[in-house]
Amino acid sequence: MEATVVKTGTEGKTWGGANKPLKASYGKLMLWIFLFSDSLTFTGFLVSYGLTRFRFADSWPIADEVFNHVPFFHSIEEPMIFVAFMTFLLIFSSVTMVLAVDAGARMKQKMVTLYLFLTLCGGLTFISSQAFEWSTFIKGGYGAIETKGGNILQFVDTEGERVSIHDFALADNSEREVHAKNKGLWYVGEPSTPTEVSFNQVKEGFLANDNILVRVQDKDEYGEHIILSREDSKAKFLEEGSLVVEGANLIHNEYGHRLFANYFFFITGFHGFHVSIGIMLLFTVFFNTIVGTYEKRKSYEMVEKVGLYWHFVDLVWVFVFTFFYLV
Amino acid sequence: MAQEHNLAIFRGKLKFKDNQSKIWGVFILLSIVTAIEVGLGMLRPEALIHTKWFSFIPILEMTPLTFIFILLTIVKAYYITWDFMHMRDEVKFLRRIIVWSAVFYIIYFVVLVLLEGQYMYDVLTNGFIKFDF
Repeated sequence: MEATVVKTGTEGKTWGGANKPLKASYGKLMLWIFLFSDSLTFTGFLVSYGLTRFRFADSWPIADEVFNHVPFFHSIEEPMIFVAFMTFLLIFSSVTMVLAVDAGARMKQKMVTLYLFLTLCGGLTFISSQAFEWSTFIKGGYGAIETKGGNILQFVDTEGERVSIHDFALADNSEREVHAKNKGLWYVGEPSTPTEVSFNQVKEGFLANDNILVRVQDKDEYGEHIILSREDSKAKFLEEGSLVVEGANLIHNEYGHRLFANYFFFITGFHGFHVSIGIMLLFTVFFNTIVGTYEKRKSYEMVEKVGLYWHFVDLVWVFVFTFFYLV
Repeated sequence: MAQEHNLAIFRGKLKFKDNQSKIWGVFILLSIVTAIEVGLGMLRPEALIHTKWFSFIPILEMTPLTFIFILLTIVKAYYITWDFMHMRDEVKFLRRIIVWSAVFYIIYFVVLVLLEGQYMYDVLTNGFIKFDF
């Protein structure tokens, strides 16, 4: 090495690197720069979500109606409860993380181990909660009909309460034609996950029940979805209805506008990816703390750096929480 | 490592005796703010959602409730960055390099992209383009 390094003659002087104007180590500074650029990535996601909300301001789904499931309590439908729990969880794991950093600054190995363990538990619970959220979102609840134009028709009774398409669909004995290559598009196969009820069953059930109305994506001036009269409902369904949607994927979702599910998957997915990376980093420093690597190094700065990343994940969640669930 | 911590929040109005109690104090503050957000999100008071503020400024035409949520979010983000990420204890210019750059770019993106979104809404709603067949 010695031979390849050109000596500048300024070693130990200001221009030789002796001066540390920002009084932070290289690793910490670079982590801050990374977090800055990562925050712009999340900004990109969230502003494009904002663009779509502005563009579809009068037909965007209402988040309170979508995210209202609580694990272990199947009968109640309360918006906000579960996501509030997730937010508290992440803030609390941030607190244990910053306590771990503080204990590290005072070189208390046992305390760091304990607090890192609590932080890890918080992170794992959060990611499991997100898995629950995703699975209920993908599975769906009430089901809906998609129109030819890609709009979603949902069903309500005369009081305005949502009705599941599975409750009113009638048995239908007509045979379903299997898609063959010589009929229609040759490059399209059979749908991989057929829906539980067919379009004809929903149609028969809808026509037989006079108290079921159609609720469209468009909203009135108070931000509530418009419910059509029975005649309009019938006309809308028969003229435009084209397929049954249950749950959500990247192409169709029963909650409303198609892009709603896409943004949900991408933004919470990207955040969940960050949480997963954070859990791996936390596990690494947890392990290193137990075996005493940082005691030998006489510095717990690595815990501090992982802590910075973990707080950033919390910071992003604060914004996702506001713009996805509250606004 | 053993750096000095700045133990006062609210511009020095509330001082803590050591770093741990400051962390718990900030946690309580963040919890209260989150509780207010969740409470408002569940109640959605009529008075706050049936009017719109700033309807003469393009992208700021929002309900008062939305404004309150965004404001509380920024409060939370401030305390997470300043106290949990120890921005309060960093050198002034490290703080400025990160925070000013981020805030500048974020405001820039938000204004540009949301204006574009509103423009698209106006064109596709009031224009002569049919997109729902």
